[in-house]
Amino acid sequence: MANTKIDRVPVREQDPKVRATNFDEVCYGYNKEEAMLEASRCLNCRRPGCMLACPVSVKIPAFIEKVAAGDFEGAGRIIAMDSSLPAICGRVCPQESQCEGSCVLNLKGQPVAIGKLERFVADWSRENGISYNDKEASNGMKVAVVGSGPAGLACASDLAKWGYDVTIFESLHKPGGVLQYGIPEFRLPKDKVVGSEISKLKELGIKIETNVIVGRTITIEQLMGEEGFSAVFIGSGAGLPKFMNIPGESLNGVFSANEFLTRNNLMKAYSAESDTPIYAGHKAVVVGGGNVAMDAARTALRLGAEVTIVYRRTEQELPARAEEVHHAKEEGIAFRMLSNPVEILGDEKGWVRAIRCQEMELGVPDASGRRSPVAVEGSYFDIETDVVIMSLGTSPNPLIAGTTPGLEVDRRGCIVASADGATSKEYVYAGGDAVTGAATVILAMGAGRKAARAIDEKLKK
Amino acid sequence: MYEILLKKELTPTITLMEVSAPRLAASAKPGQFLIVRTDENGERIPLTVCDYDKERGSVTIVTQKVGASSKKICDLQQGESFQDVSGPLGRPSDFIALSDEELGKMRFIFIAGGLGTAPVYPQAKYLHERGAKVDIIVGAKTADMLILEEEMSKVCDHLYICTDDGSKGMKGLVTEKLAQLCESGEKYDQAVSIGPMIMMKFVTLTAKKYNLPLVVSLNTLMVDGTGMCGACRVTVGGKVRFACVEGPEFDAYQVDFDEALRRQTMYKSQEVEADHKCRIRN
Repeated sequence: MANTKIDRVPVREQDPKVRATNFDEVCYGYNKEEAMLEASRCLNCRRPGCMLACPVSVKIPAFIEKVAAGDFEGAGRIIAMDSSLPAICGRVCPQESQCEGSCVLNLKGQPVAIGKLERFVADWSRENGISYNDKEASNGMKVAVVGSGPAGLACASDLAKWGYDVTIFESLHKPGGVLQYGIPEFRLPKDKVVGSEISKLKELGIKIETNVIVGRTITIEQLMGEEGFSAVFIGSGAGLPKFMNIPGESLNGVFSANEFLTRNNLMKAYSAESDTPIYAGHKAVVVGGGNVAMDAARTALRLGAEVTIVYRRTEQELPARAEEVHHAKEEGIAFRMLSNPVEILGDEKGWVRAIRCQEMELGVPDASGRRSPVAVEGSYFDIETDVVIMSLGTSPNPLIAGTTPGLEVDRRGCIVASADGATSKEYVYAGGDAVTGAATVILAMGAGRKAARAIDEKLKK
Repeated sequence: MYEILLKKELTPTITLMEVSAPRLAASAKPGQFLIVRTDENGERIPLTVCDYDKERGSVTIVTQKVGASSKKICDLQQGESFQDVSGPLGRPSDFIALSDEELGKMRFIFIAGGLGTAPVYPQAKYLHERGAKVDIIVGAKTADMLILEEEMSKVCDHLYICTDDGSKGMKGLVTEKLAQLCESGEKYDQAVSIGPMIMMKFVTLTAKKYNLPLVVSLNTLMVDGTGMCGACRVTVGGKVRFACVEGPEFDAYQVDFDEALRRQTMYKSQEVEADHKCRIRN
């Protein structure tokens, strides 16, 4: 029977004052006792809303039941049926708008901590050296996966389990895509979590070739021709940063969030051993309100800057995960809502000295149902700062589309693909941010898995 | 791994290396660059491709010791390996779209300075092999600093050398030589300049006087080199462009050189610091 008497079990975290000065993981996660207690709160609904709201349909009540019973290996086995990267999803999924958002207990504002339980099971499995990789016999067919981010890893993992000979081509020097260059260490530890999830995939026989830029080093056509791949999955993400096109954006001290985070995460610029420089200034302004903006702001804070987030709507509209906003506030990041930058001001040497913003107010709801911000006439103000980090979203990289004849893209540069990932080119599939534009890790994983299924069906014909 | 098959010290501060990178060698074209990383803690350093050999599966790079990271590169020995070599990156030079017949009727002039001499080599070689007429002006501080003189002389019709102190060739700047050639009635269909940003700025000013079509190759700051970071952004024709994917070569007359020069100094103070730290440790 579900334990309805207790509140959601709080998760232990690093003290905000301490963690603001280091890059260690913020959240410690549950221990066995905490996990079992929290799992006991699940009502095991007959029609589980949580599962329907999960983009990869993890059998949530079933795994939680195992956790409550102390059978963590059993729980891990259930999760592994649907998710190949649970330690990552447990940490970075927007649970409040997916599984936990659909939990019946949410009515009382205390949904089961599904994300934290998933993370617990994945961490426990890793720490106890348990892997759930069951592999079918090799079928001799080669599939190429372009990009080693969440979409590519999920697709590769399924195909490898079904006996395909899978090679992932990664343009950077380390696999993981956004998990490596984008999401910071304090939210997603690189060696402990990302590295070990990827080595589990290598155990399945997946080969990863780094430093191969598909579209430059080799083309899709060459992969399918001279290299003998029967099918290709493109999960190249959305890597191109957007800028605002306002005056002053080329001043020294203005960065894309991508640059700032890549220097810090992939290149480990925060560490004394790293040769890669990074500059966060004494004061930094981050423009934008998504997860990437929170990551950039909290990174700048840890590098010693006093940080302000400037966002043109209100807190209700912030697209970032609730937990990230909460953590950012706890750590002392200032939020300047309803403000839109109009110009970045420089000193005589061409370095940033301030950002000029205009006050906004919310107007009528737009097509997406969000109330769009409208500028308040004449209401300009300046925020003094040394650094401006633009976090306005990203769009897909045109390198692959530009070098693959017959591959259709839409006017935003996104690859056109059906629900199962089929593109305009036979035997070429795509999924994740390369198709949708910037979205989430879990949606990309879902797309990768659907495409894997479609590739399997196509090649088995 | 990316083994160093051959290492040659061209000058006390400039080193040439032939590095094993078969995929890269098979796809490299004139005008493109690559990124190297010496070790796990190393920076991603963009370098122009100086030569490539599909049969040997190797690429040649030339590096000058200017900071901590380039010193790390130059300190690697033959038989040792780079942690990473990735590329080719950037767009190839526009002239590779032209047929041999078209190229055979064209006359090019290259204006190279310092380390910029290295990336001029594969371009001049490509054109020379296809029957184009090629003249090259190479500038260096002194005769000792001059690189690839013999190689360059084999892939052009005229090689003009300029040194600041007159220790070899003409005493003076590459811009003076370019002006001299234009004044004496030499005609070129296309000029290409590669070298320090400040040199390219002044070559552009000179070439403009003679209405010489000019392309420059911009050595901006970069992290990934694939369009992700935007550190390389330059203003070209009033629009922000990414040198890594839309360049590195641009129409010289459209480039905002003053901004590009300023943006190059972004991490200058930190580089100096890193170099200093490094020397103390040794």
